[in-house]
Order: sequence, then C-alpha cells, then structure tokens
Amino acid sequence: MSCEQYMIRQISLFSENKPGRLAAMAKACQEEDVNILAFSIAEADGFGVIRALVDKPDIAYEKLTSLGFNVAFTHVIAVEMKDEPGGLFEIASKLSEAGINIEYSYAFSGKKKAILILRVDQVEEAVRLLLQHKINLIASEAIY
Amino acid sequence: MFWDETIETIKPADLKNLQEKRLRETVTRCANVGFYKKKFSEAGISPSDIRSLDDLQKLPFTRKADLREGYPFGFLASPLRDIIRIHTTSGTTGKPTVVGYTAGDIDAWSELIARNLTMVGLTKDDVFQNMVNYGMFTGGLGFHYGAEKAGLVAVPSGTGNTKRQIELIQDFGVTAIHCTPSYGLHLAEAAAEMKMDLPSLKVGIFGAEPWSEKTRIELEEKLGVEAFDSYGMSELYGPGVAFECHEHNGLHIWHDSYYVEIIDPKTGENLGPGEQGELVVTPLTKEAMPLLRYRTGDITMIMDDECPCGRGPKLARFTGRSDDMLVIRGINVFPSQIEHVLLSIPEVGNHYMVYVDRVNHMDEMTIEVEVSRENFHGELADLRRVQNKVIKSLRDVLELRTTVQLVEPGSLPRFEGKAKRVVDRRGDN
Repeated sequence: MSCEQYMIRQISLFSENKPGRLAAMAKACQEEDVNILAFSIAEADGFGVIRALVDKPDIAYEKLTSLGFNVAFTHVIAVEMKDEPGGLFEIASKLSEAGINIEYSYAFSGKKKAILILRVDQVEEAVRLLLQHKINLIASEAIY
Repeated sequence: MFWDETIETIKPADLKNLQEKRLRETVTRCANVGFYKKKFSEAGISPSDIRSLDDLQKLPFTRKADLREGYPFGFLASPLRDIIRIHTTSGTTGKPTVVGYTAGDIDAWSELIARNLTMVGLTKDDVFQNMVNYGMFTGGLGFHYGAEKAGLVAVPSGTGNTKRQIELIQDFGVTAIHCTPSYGLHLAEAAAEMKMDLPSLKVGIFGAEPWSEKTRIELEEKLGVEAFDSYGMSELYGPGVAFECHEHNGLHIWHDSYYVEIIDPKTGENLGPGEQGELVVTPLTKEAMPLLRYRTGDITMIMDDECPCGRGPKLARFTGRSDDMLVIRGINVFPSQIEHVLLSIPEVGNHYMVYVDRVNHMDEMTIEVEVSRENFHGELADLRRVQNKVIKSLRDVLELRTTVQLVEPGSLPRFEGKAKRVVDRRGDN
C-alpha cells in the first residue's frame, strides 16, 4: 500500500506577528487564483507560522516566495471525521493507542463531513493505521 | 580626607619626574610583549629611546581591537607564575579581553580604590555594600579589595535579589553603597514599595555606565545619599581610575598611576586642557599587562581650573563614546560582538538591528534578526529553538539577557556605507 497519495503538501509560511501579513498572503493567493481550502495560524513570541492547504501549492509557493515570504512545504494528512459527538475521539484514540503523536492539528466542517488536518510524527504509520480502521483519508489528488 | 596625601597632592615638577621614571619602567616591561616588540621595530625605535613624556608621541596607539589578537595571554608581560588573578571584559568580537594582575597590581589597584573611598569621606567606621557582579567583572573584587584595604566593613552582596539587598542595608546599618546608577534607582523604588527607608545610607558610588546630573538629583533625593561618579575600565585595572571628590565638578584621575592624553579621535592629534576629545591613557604602574597610549573610546576633557580639594587636574564627566560601544546594565557591548554571534548561527541571517530601551530604570536590549530562507522548514517549534539558540549564544558572549525577535528575511534595512544598526531610545540618562 502506498501512503504517498495521502501525504498532502501544506504550505507553511513564516510571518512576523503584525498587521497586514495575512492580508498580503491572501491577496497573493487571490491574484494567482489559488483557493485556500483550510488554514491556521500558530503564534509564538512576536512571530508565527501560517499553515494552509491550497488547491495549487506549487503556484502559491512560487508566488509567495517571489514576494519575499519564507515558505516551506510540510507533509500533513487530511482525515474525514464524523461530524457528531465522538468523531474526534475515534481518530485521536486510534493514534494514541499506536503511540503516534499529533504535533499540531486544525479542522473544518465541510458540507458533508468534518475534515481534520493532522501533522503527526510518524506519517506512514498513521496513514496505514487509519486506513486499517476504515477511516477515510483525503488523497492529495482530491485537493490539487 | 586623604589616604595618601603626599602622592595625592604631589607638586607638578615632582609628578613629572615620577611619571617619566614610571613610563621608562612601563616601556621596559612592554618590551616583553610580542605586540609591542613589533610596534617598536615598526616605528624604528628601541625602548631606551623613550626617556621623557614627550617621547611617548613617537609611539603608536593601542586599540581595544589590538587586544583581541593577543587572546588569551598575548599581552601579558609577566610569566603566569607571577600572575595571581585574571579578569575579563568584553572584546570587540567573540572573545573577551583578558586582563592579568600580579600581586603588585592587586596592591596598587586596591590603593587607588582606598584613595577614592577616603576622598569621599569613608573611614574604618563605615559599612560598605558592594552591589555589583563579583565574577569576571572587575567592579566586584576591585572595590572589595580596596574597601578592605581602607579598613571599611565590606559587604559582598553582589547583584540581584533587591529585597535581600535592602534588608542587608537595614540590618547592617550600611552607610555606603556601590552599584550602577540604574540599579541605584531600582533599589530606591523597591525600598519605597517595601515601605522601608534607608536612614543609615550617606554615600552612593555609581559607576560602570554614564549618568546625568538629572540622575544625580534623583539618586540623592530617593536614596538620601551624596552621589559620587566612579570611572574605570578593566584594561586599566578596573574601577578606581578616576573619581569625584566632594566638589562634584569633574573626576580626579590619579596622575601618578595614569598618564593622560586627550586626542582628536579622527586625527589622533593631542588636544589641550578645556578641549573635548578621546581619553588616551598610559598606565604607569601596571606590571602584568602594561599598555601604551591606550585608546579608551571615552569622550572627556582635562579641566583647566584647580580643585579646592588640593588634588591634581580633573577630567570632565564622561559624555559619550568615540566608537559604537554600548553600556547595557553596566556591561559593555560592541555591536560587532552581536554580528559575530549571528555569523555562527546559520539559521539566521547576518543583518540585525539593536534597540535599547529603559524600562523601570533598567536597560533592555532587543535584537531583531532575520530567519534564513534556506534553513526554514515550516515548523514553529524549529523557529522557537532558533530564537532560544540566539538568546543563549548572545548571553554566553555578552553575559547579558536580551530579547530576540525573529523577523522575515529581507525586512531589515540594508546599509550602504556606515551602518546604523543601533537605536538607543534611553533618553538623557
């Protein structure tokens, strides 16, 4: 089984914590007709990392880099989660039982299902484990 | 009051003879130092050519950056078996400047401090709390030995723990304190917060950073002391080089121990009394680490008028620097040291900005540095690690806690010509 197709390239962008940085990033995506499917901001002392799943990651990467942004790709997985009580527990408990650590995560409620974006320390193990438990993962080709 | 009245009030003609004799001895000692051997041969002179104070002009200056080349023991004129102590002070880049002392040096230095303490009116009956760092910094042990020499009760309380410092002052009936002027103000506020007044205090000695007349009024009012300015630097033993007397109008430098020149920092030409320039000192009694025409970087002038106290010509209070050295919480910082630290950390760029502020009377230094493009992998935790690494490396080199801000690559100003990377926002203090 190939785990490759379930590894999704997330755009991670270093940003100072000051007004206008998110707007600048969003404007760049709009200009290149890049759709942002999900994003989150993690903040530390005076700076942060903007994380986003986009439909055209290479175009976004190129555009943002050309604007001077510090951009990197990070592999995450996107898990379909039941949008009902216990939905998150089902996934989190499976990972914890297998000793897989979630480094960070963000989620959004879609039209049919909720989607959980996970950055874990053992990506292949996580993909295999969740598929074994018949949990749906979003393949990267469904995104870009 | 005098500690050593004969030498403190020596007549000009006798002083000149003493200075010339000591200069010749100093030059002879310098001939043991590789750096000076080379300088003598480059200038085409032999040590025996230096007979009078005027001959000194034939010799080149010694700069702080020169001392870096000698790290660690290259400037010592005595073998290690004759050295009994080492202190360090900030170098211009990564390595500190090492200063060695023979037993004779420690004794001569303590004598100078004893002169200063006696000049400001302290006697064997006084209790002296020394609230500066007792480590490699010369302010701790230097004042301590001098206070013991003068017979004071020395309280080596060191830095930090302001509440305990205040309790000690109260419990021991401390009459005199030594600290940085900013710590003095901090102490006064902390005492007020604790609702403690410090009635035993009468003398405050403040040094290691420049301070204004406005600060003097504040210190004297809030602490109930007579405030005295203290000047020195490790290369010239440490504190005690020059000191205020009760006149509070300039600092007496000890002319039997330090030969003073004031120069135009741009041309190197000698300036006369009343003309402001850079202080250049040739220490006359130093054994372990003699120096010739050492450029202090400090701006002052020799004052024309005679002091009613009977001691020799004074230096005006120090107004600034001829170089870019900063004094942060009493610690000397060269921007080149910061640059040197950043060069050793590939995760950040080499461009930087330094902001200095005063928050609650204490200096705070903030350094902005760019995250390097090549070393960014998208993880917040990595960035935090980089931030902590920069803070730790700066602390190791500067011995100073700083705030480090990571900024986006390309966002800091690029300078053509002379860079202005330091913004000092501390006002007039």
